[in-house]
Amino acid sequence: MLVIEGLTKRYATGDLALDDVSLTVPKGQVMALIGPSGAGKSTLIRCVNRLVEPTAGTIRLGETVLTALGDRALRRARRRMGMIFQEYALVERLSVMENVLSGRLGYVGFWRSWFRRFPLADIEEAFRLLARVGLDHMVDKRADALSGGQRQRVGIVRALMQDPELLLVDEPTASLDPKTSRQIMRLIIELAKERGLAAIINIHDVALAQQFAERIVGLHAGRIVFDGPASDLTPEVLTTIYGEEDWSATIRKAEDDDEDEPPAVEAARIAAAD
Amino acid sequence: MPVIANGDGAKVWMRRTTAADLTAWFGWLAGVALTVLCFQFISDQTIWAFVWDAPRQAADLLDRAFPPRWSYANQLWRAMWDTINIATLGTVLAIAIGVPVAFLAAHNTTPSVVLARPVALFIIVASRSVNSLIWALILVIIFGPGMLAGILAIGLRSIGFIGKLLYEAIEEIDASQVEAVTATGAGRAQVLAWGIVPQVMPAFAGISVFRWDINIREATVLGLVGAGGIGMQLQASINTLAWPQVTMILILILGTVIVSEWLSARVRHAII
Amino acid sequence: MDAAAAARAWRPPPLIEAAWLRWAVYGGALLYAVLALGTLEVNWTRAAEGLERGGRFLGAFFPPDFVTHWLEIEEGLLESLTMTVTSTVFGVILSVPVALGASRNLAPMPIYLFCRGLIAVSRTFQEIIIAILFVAMFGFGPLAGMLTLAFSTIGFMGKLLAEDIEDIEKSQAEAVRATGASWFQLLAWGIQPQVLPRFIGLSAYRFDINFRESAVLGLVGAGGIGDTLNSSLDRYEFGTSAAILLIIIAIVMVCEYTSGFIRRAVQ
Repeated sequence: MLVIEGLTKRYATGDLALDDVSLTVPKGQVMALIGPSGAGKSTLIRCVNRLVEPTAGTIRLGETVLTALGDRALRRARRRMGMIFQEYALVERLSVMENVLSGRLGYVGFWRSWFRRFPLADIEEAFRLLARVGLDHMVDKRADALSGGQRQRVGIVRALMQDPELLLVDEPTASLDPKTSRQIMRLIIELAKERGLAAIINIHDVALAQQFAERIVGLHAGRIVFDGPASDLTPEVLTTIYGEEDWSATIRKAEDDDEDEPPAVEAARIAAAD
Repeated sequence: MPVIANGDGAKVWMRRTTAADLTAWFGWLAGVALTVLCFQFISDQTIWAFVWDAPRQAADLLDRAFPPRWSYANQLWRAMWDTINIATLGTVLAIAIGVPVAFLAAHNTTPSVVLARPVALFIIVASRSVNSLIWALILVIIFGPGMLAGILAIGLRSIGFIGKLLYEAIEEIDASQVEAVTATGAGRAQVLAWGIVPQVMPAFAGISVFRWDINIREATVLGLVGAGGIGMQLQASINTLAWPQVTMILILILGTVIVSEWLSARVRHAII
Repeated sequence: MDAAAAARAWRPPPLIEAAWLRWAVYGGALLYAVLALGTLEVNWTRAAEGLERGGRFLGAFFPPDFVTHWLEIEEGLLESLTMTVTSTVFGVILSVPVALGASRNLAPMPIYLFCRGLIAVSRTFQEIIIAILFVAMFGFGPLAGMLTLAFSTIGFMGKLLAEDIEDIEKSQAEAVRATGASWFQLLAWGIQPQVLPRFIGLSAYRFDINFRESAVLGLVGAGGIGDTLNSSLDRYEFGTSAAILLIIIAIVMVCEYTSGFIRRAVQ
């Protein structure tokens, strides 16, 4: 469904962040993107919704060629891609409900959004999703009054409000504790499965990636160096992605902490063939 | 409560309750009404024929003001030097008085909350409330026209500025550092010198330079009331309708202000 | 002192590392002080008389006389206050587009330079100088004063607001952009909530400043209480002057207290 071909990004500073990356993400697949800091993970997902302008290459979402869109069409296309951010990126001085409704900005006109007159269906959907993530009692709390895990759940709801086909997830657990990290990852995966969404998840925690994603893509210095099912992630592979280190503990840890059945494990082997 | 359950049990969300919404609209309405009323008052005092004539007046003014009388600059260097001196010496004076006042006004350094603090605060408020031009107006009556009135006017106005910002900085210092110095057995003056002064030094330097920068601008107009500096030439040129000279003076002021702003930005940057 | 002791002796390192620069700075400061004080033209005998005059002058201030010229005072006050309100409202409204244009992260280069230029001009010249020009253009009266203050408000608010907009958290704005929001929605949802408290605080502060300035614009014929004050001083009616000064101080204190309260409330 998402097809990336020959994607290259060179920043104005001259740094080559992505070098001829080609990638296909089929409908409904959850893919984890791993790699060291500066490998280009963030740049890659920001190129998809063009928060960062690619230097070369094409990106297609379904029938739409994202890289060829003008301003208005790009905004319409962005509605189809929900983004979840590292550090949540909630508008802190707005309430939970306003943050959630900001997911509908691409659908309503300026004055409607200015006076907060959203269609009733949007508000019902917001209540439903907030109840789904267990935050329906905090509707009118200001976003900066929430804990990290709660904020990220609001961030997830905001992305889902866009009624997207694809989730772009940037380091969702970077500032969360291990338990909350797992809860958030599980929530993202569950919601993606419920709605049949494809997802690209940037993550630096290899254990979490293995535990939750069906497919793993490893990025090193702007190039894809690994693409396969989580089970194929061997110490040798990790060495090509990250460099020399003792990886045995990392991989075992992922298998050990897996006390509750991750939804992804079964699907992993099937999807790996893509 | 912005979340309201409507008749059939479904929840409806609004940013504000209806009452709050009405209050907000009413507030906006009152604000607009007040502004219109105030403008009405001003409008009544205005001869609109002059205003409609303004574009022609402006064009006429520009026409007469250009080209600037460059040769006039030779008579201005001395006045500009005086202007800078008024600003600098006034700032020095204000620092000399403002700093002790700030320490008397700050909660954590004042020797007496009942006596010294209210007096210090009163000095700060009185100094700040009166514009430096008004100070100059009064001082010119007392000391006669000239730079002395200008320096004192700048100084008096700046005491409040420096005092206020500095005492706020003193009140915001990290108490644990002061505690640590006190714990070594230091005396009152030593605590001040080792625990408090190092913490407020950057703020102090920043405030002083900032005020100096403002004072340069203020000093350019003090001459309008006879308190020395380039404003005297400005006043004289305007009175004789010598607009090319006015343009020259304005260009000189522009240059000086730009240089002083650049200088103060550099110094503040170096300190912080 | 023997060599070993000398090696252990400690003095605090000087503020300016290079010795020549340090001495140059000290020397320069001293030279400036000598020159500045040397060229100071002060008629010291006149100044000495001044002290005595000052005493009499202060005496003449008491008691303040609110009654004799109350009508003039009232007129001047009303002009000052209406000038303050209208100039703050118009200035603040106009400063918003200027601030947006002067934010490097929002505006394209030509607009950025134009807005920054406008701000620089408005901030360079003292209100009084602007008022002189406006009086020449629009005639005497509070309208010139109002326009002067509105113009200065644009420079003040424009600069500080633009700095605030440049300092926003980029991630929040990015998140709003990622939802497919338009440029105006980005402003209203991604930027406005972040800068609103400071915007309100600055407006309240500027109201305060505008009142203080409105009290001197009368000196050049731009209306307001300054005119009344000036003429009372000219006529040696110091009781009236004292009354006007007290009223100004009282209103400034009320303004300052209120604006401080508003700023704390919106934080």
